[in-house]
Formats: sequence, structure tokens, C-alpha cells
Amino acid sequence: MSKFTFLKSDRSNIQLVLITGTFLITISILDVFLNSFFKLNLISFLPSKVSFLTPFIIGMIGLNLIRIEYSGNKFLDVLNKNINTSNFNAALTLLIIFIIFKAIPPSLSWMILDANISGDTKEACTGTGACWTYIKVWFRRFMYGMYPNEQHWRINTAFLLVIGLGTFGLFATEKMKKFLALYYVVIYPIIAFLIIYYLISGGYFGLEWIETGAWGGLSLTFIVSFFCLIFCFPLGMILALGRRSNLPAVRYVSIGYIEFWRGVPLITVLFMSSVMFPMFLPEDFFMDKLVRVIIAITLFEGAYCAEVIRGGLQSLPRGQYDAAKSLGMGYWKMHIFVILPQALKLVIPGICNTFLALVKDTPLIFVVGLAELAGMLALAKTNPKWLGFAMEGYIFAAIIFWIICYAMSKYSYNLEEKYKTDR
Amino acid sequence: MKFRILAYLFFFVGTADLFIKIFYGNIFSDLTEDYYEIANPILVFTPVLFFSIGGIFLKESKVSLTLENFGTSRIKYYSPQFICLSVVVLIFLFFTFNAQMNMENRGIDFGFGFLTQEASFDMQFSLMDYDGQDPYWWAYVVALLNTLLVAVLGIIFCTIIGVIVGIARLSPNFLIRNSAAWYVEFFRNIPLLLQIFFWYYAALRALPLPQDASPLFGVTYLTIKGYYMPAFIWNNLNIFLYSILAAIISIIFIRYYANKLRDNEGKQIPVFYISLIILFILPALTFLAGGVSLNFEIPVLKQLSATSFIYDGGIAVPPELIALTLALSLYTATFVAECVRAGIQGISKGQKEAAASLGLTPNQVLKLVIMPQALRIIIPPTTNQYLNLTKNSSLAAAIAYPDLVLVFAGTALMQTGRAIEIVSITMLTYLSISLAIAALMNWYNKLIEIKEK
Repeated sequence: MSKFTFLKSDRSNIQLVLITGTFLITISILDVFLNSFFKLNLISFLPSKVSFLTPFIIGMIGLNLIRIEYSGNKFLDVLNKNINTSNFNAALTLLIIFIIFKAIPPSLSWMILDANISGDTKEACTGTGACWTYIKVWFRRFMYGMYPNEQHWRINTAFLLVIGLGTFGLFATEKMKKFLALYYVVIYPIIAFLIIYYLISGGYFGLEWIETGAWGGLSLTFIVSFFCLIFCFPLGMILALGRRSNLPAVRYVSIGYIEFWRGVPLITVLFMSSVMFPMFLPEDFFMDKLVRVIIAITLFEGAYCAEVIRGGLQSLPRGQYDAAKSLGMGYWKMHIFVILPQALKLVIPGICNTFLALVKDTPLIFVVGLAELAGMLALAKTNPKWLGFAMEGYIFAAIIFWIICYAMSKYSYNLEEKYKTDR
Repeated sequence: MKFRILAYLFFFVGTADLFIKIFYGNIFSDLTEDYYEIANPILVFTPVLFFSIGGIFLKESKVSLTLENFGTSRIKYYSPQFICLSVVVLIFLFFTFNAQMNMENRGIDFGFGFLTQEASFDMQFSLMDYDGQDPYWWAYVVALLNTLLVAVLGIIFCTIIGVIVGIARLSPNFLIRNSAAWYVEFFRNIPLLLQIFFWYYAALRALPLPQDASPLFGVTYLTIKGYYMPAFIWNNLNIFLYSILAAIISIIFIRYYANKLRDNEGKQIPVFYISLIILFILPALTFLAGGVSLNFEIPVLKQLSATSFIYDGGIAVPPELIALTLALSLYTATFVAECVRAGIQGISKGQKEAAASLGLTPNQVLKLVIMPQALRIIIPPTTNQYLNLTKNSSLAAAIAYPDLVLVFAGTALMQTGRAIEIVSITMLTYLSISLAIAALMNWYNKLIEIKEK
């Protein structure tokens, strides 16, 4: 036994073991680091197959050595508890560190060091890395679609106005607060629609008329998801109430509607809106493609919204219903003044998630020929002047969508936490 | 009582309607031509309508007078329902009427006869034999199989990744926990369509050409034109399959016997190892005695023209399928991982401690106490995710993988111009898959639900 004491730590040799272990780990990580960042191989004298595994083995021995329980060193204890609880954990830790070190240099050089952003043509991209010039040149197209360049201020103004009107709720006084629901459910959608119609579509007040086919890019994503959200919310509310109604016909119609739309994929709904919907309308009745898409997505998301709101309604204790009824309230009074205010507050995070799913679903409208961000990318990708930059385009779009969706999911998570403490 | 009589009345009318339709054709066909033309699409579904209304009444008859609707006046009870139903019927009639008029004006008629016509288009990839001479319904079946293939592959991979990541999110290791969390945050917040595009148009395009590809695992080749792997060529495959079936049946018997032994005498036998041995030995025996043999057909590089090469023989997995499976499984795995994490976290620590204090080993704690309870939480939302994956597989149309939407709602629709029929068949197909899985899920939930007295 005494032979192996140098591997077992105790009070007497703890310093030695610690130093040996730390040294071995440092060597192993340094080797991988130098190898991947500076193409230096410290252990090139070993045969290739052995040298491939050496840093891992050295690191494992090192981590094994420093795994000392109650060493007295605070930092070491934290380290052991977090990344070094067992041999299996140690192996995974090393693997992750190595993968990160191996992955950083190529991605860094592709994205920043060897990338180009200057110039206005494809020829400006001389490096081996990404060609951000492509994104720079196409940026306005990705944001605004085929909307004429000199008219972009109209989209910006419209968005600013709509957002500005949406923040009314934050400044409302106590007296105004009871009208907020009315404002957001009825007045706000109408005003927003009028702003977008008159400002972005144009045709009045000396503004040039721009057909919806020219709309596109990220702004179209916002327009579509905004309208779908404000329209699908009331629809979902009605359906949720219908599904919880005790009138069988109303209940079965709601169940049928909800289960139907939840059972079909959105892409077939969009197909329906583009090829089947015109057949269902009178012949002389023309409806714009964008409007049809918004209607289709609203009908689709309304079903999901209904299920979320139903969850909120179901989570209210039965006593709330009984109390309202015992005060002599009828169905509508009970719901408007007692049930819905509480239930809707509960479902705000769920609605946020539905909205998140909606934003993630909007790229699908490209199957019916509306060039939203993904559609614009597909268009730019096949442009003969800019062939071969698919990667840059998709990474750019992914980053934009990721930022939007991540911010929203964090926001919804915060709301969830906030309302959890309320109850 | 009234409801029950109404229900039987509706059932009777529905049956009579069905019989008349089958044996005498449509009874309304003698009526004026115009009316028949307009009403025809509705009349096809009338028996179904009668039966479902009857079913609703039958169900209602059992819960007719509850506390909820006690004291409500008849008018308040019936008039909203009447208005609701009439609005639905009116919308339905309005749409049918317009559709009838529009189709008449464009000279198309309604019907499913086109399904037997020759499809005359080709499919890039199919599991069953298919060529242009086959009828549309066969194209539909083949496309549906392609959809199901993507769905099944995606479900398998997303389960594997999701379970690993879900467990990793609860790991004591700081690095593992955080990399799993970042994986989830990263893939969950990027639209699935963009991910599919990324894999198909950007990532897989960076693969080598067939002539430059170096072998992966010795005999498979990952190239820009797809993944080529050896095909299995079986002799007497059916004997082999029978042996696997026999092994499974005997394992079921052994488990049953082991459970009985445990319940009656308290003895434990290593069921898992015995099952494993049976599962290996029985099929292995067929190789020795049953005349079963297995050969590999290894893909070989073949020159088509001066610059165009391809691998011949073996199984070729098209890049569309690879991109789609990758994107679907990586995306859905994030949701599965969250379900798994929630399930494991949902088991209280007391359960584990109680099981340990009974003297169970850690493995037994996991197998007999934690997992059965965690699965009860995990499985329902996970099935929902599988359903989402199946529905999302329709995005295949965006990268031209021949699935149901691309082949049927795309090409077939273009060729025949029968928008209503084809889109409704496609939607009904997805709907029935969803409803079937949902029904299965409800049944399973009833089965595993905690039985309280």
C-alpha cells in the first residue's frame, strides 16, 4: 500500500499532490490551446495516435489527483464540487473544454478575422472567411423587402407610431385603467390597422401606393405577427369560453374548431388560404394575399390561444364562480368583472409563448410567395451576382431571430416569476 | 329521455340515409338540377352529420340535468346554441355555395375520381416502388410513407438527444449543465424553417463531391449528393424475423413469471440480463441452423460523365432527408429535454430517500421508484412534441423532399387543379394522425393515472 501513497492525498502530502495535479491539468489544457490557436504541438515527438489522446489522459490524471474532499482550500472545494465530482464528470469536463478550444479558432477566424465587410461588390470579398459585405449590401432588402428605398421612412414611422400607441397602458391613470382592456382589444387594433394601411400601403394623402407584393423582409414578419396576435387573442378568448360553456352545441362547435386547427400543420393552412380560400368566396370578391395569410394564421393561432386561455380559466378556484353567481351576476357580468381579469393575468406568460411560436412560424409564409426574411434570403441566394453566400445569410437571419425570440422568452419567464409570487 | 329519443332518431335517419345512398343513389338526384348541383358536396356527408349529431345527443342524455344548468330557463339554454349552430351552418353553406358557383364557372367538377388517374410525375425518393405510370392514390400513399419516415427518424433521434440533454441539464457538473442549457436556448429560439434551410443550403453544401469523399466508418460515404451506406442482403429473412418474434414472446412470458415470483415469494431474478441473452441467442441460432445469412452490398464509385460521379449500390440517403432529420430532431430535442427535466424535477426528494431507506440499491431506486413516476409526468407533453414534429415535417416541402405536402398538395394539385379535394385530403390526413395519437395518449393517461380511492 505504501507504494501508492503519492497518489493518495492526506494532510502530509496535500501540497505535493495539488501542485502535481494542477501542473498536469495546466499542461493538458495548454497543449490543446496552443495546438488549436497557434498550431503548435508540444508533444509532436510521440506517435500521432498517442499524441491525440495524451492531453486527455494527462488531464484525467491531474483531475483525479486534485479530487480531495474537504481540502481546506475554498477554491478547490468549489471546483471539485462543480466540475470534478467523479471520473465520468471529469472526463466530460475535459471533453467540453477541449471542444470549446478546438471550436473557437476556426469560427473566430471565419466570422471576424478572415471576414470582409468593406466594398459593395462580391469581388470585395477576398478573405477565406465570411463575406459580411453581402449582408451590408442586402441589409435594406432583408429589413424592408422590395419596398422602394426612398419610402422606408414610412415603415419606420408606422412602427414607431404603433409601438408608441401600445405603451399607453404604462401611462394610464387610475381613472383610465378600466378602459384599458377596451382600448387594447377594440380601439388599438383598429388604429394600428389604419396606421399601417394608410402609411405603409399608401394611396392617400399624396403617398405613393405600394402593393403588398413589395412588402417583405423583417418588417413583414412584424406586421404579420402583430396583426395575428391582436386578432387571435379575442378569438381565442371566445373559443375558450365556448369550450368551457355548459351549452352542448356551443361546446362541441368550439371543441371541433380547436381540435381541427390544432391537428393540421400551418403549411397546409397557408396552402388552403392561397388555393382553397378564393374558391370559397364570391367570384367578384378580391382579397389580398397578405390579408388571406393573416386571416389564416389568425384562425390557426386562435385555437392555440384558446387552449392557453382555457388553462387560465381552469386554474381559477371554483369559489370564484360560486361567489360571483351568489352575488346575482349573470354569465357575462361574471366573466367580464370576475373571471376574465384574473384568468387573463394568469395566462400572460402562456400568451407570450404562443406569440413566440407565432413569430417563429412566420417564415413559413414564404410558401405562398410572400418574401419575408427567409424568403428574401432565398431570393438573394439565387441572385447571380451574389451566388454562394447562403451560409452568411442564414447565420445573419438566425442571429436576428434568436435575439428576438430569446428576449421574448426571457420576458415571458420574468412575467411568470412575477405572477407566481403574486398568488 | 328526450335526448335519448332524439339520438336514436338521428341514428336511424343516418342509417337509412346511408342505405339509400348505397343502394339507390342519391335520393335528391330527382330534384331540380340546380339544387342537386349545389347541395351535392354537402349531401355526401349527411350520414356522418346525422351520426355525429346523434352521438352528441346520446352523450348529453347521460348528463342532462347537472348543477351547472339547473335553474337556467329553456330559452337561455337553447337559443345561444341555436344561434351558434345556425351561424356555423350558414358559413358552411355560404362557402359551399360559392365553391359550387366558382367551380361551375371554371368548368371543374367536384369528385375524387382523379385519384385513379395516372400521376405522370416522378419522385426523387420513395420507400416503395413508384413511377410516373402509377395512379394519384399510390403517389399519395408513397408520399405519406415518406412523411412518416421523416417523422419516425426525427422522433427516434429527438428522443435520444432530448433525454441526454434533459438529464445533462440536471448534472452536478457546471460545464455540462450550462452547455446543455445553451444548447436548448440556442436551438429553441431559431425558427425551424431557417434551421432546415441552414442545414440544407449551407451546411450540407460544404460536403465533398462523391469522387473526393473519404470513407466514414470504412464503408459509408458522406457526400454532397447524400449519405451512401451498405445495404443488407438477407437470405431467409422471414425465419430471422420469426426468431425475433419468438424471442420477444418468450421475454414477455419470463417477465410475467418473474413478476409473479417476486409478488408471491419475494425472489428477484435478473430479468434484464436473461432477456438480453434470449434476444441475442435466438436470432444467432438461426444463422447457425436456420439457413439465414447476411451479405453487405457496399456502395461503389461510378462515373456517369467526365465530371459527374455517383455511388452505385447500397442505400443512398438523400441530403434532403438528412437536413430535415437533423433540423427536426435538434429542434424538437430542446422541447423533449425540457419535458424530461421537468419530469425528473417533479419527483420529490422524499421519494428517493424513502426508497433508499427501504434498502433498495440506487439502480432499483431509479428503476422502481423514480422512473415510473417521472415517466408519468414526462410522457404526455413529450407525445405532444412528437405530434408537433410530425406536423412540422411538412416543412419538407420547402427543401423539395417528396413528402405529403410537396407531392400531393404541391405537384398533384398543380397538375389536376383540384384545390378543394386535395387540400382537404392533406389536412384530413394530418388531422387523423393527430387525433389518433391524441386518442392513444388519452387512453394511456387513463391507464397510468394514479388510482385513488
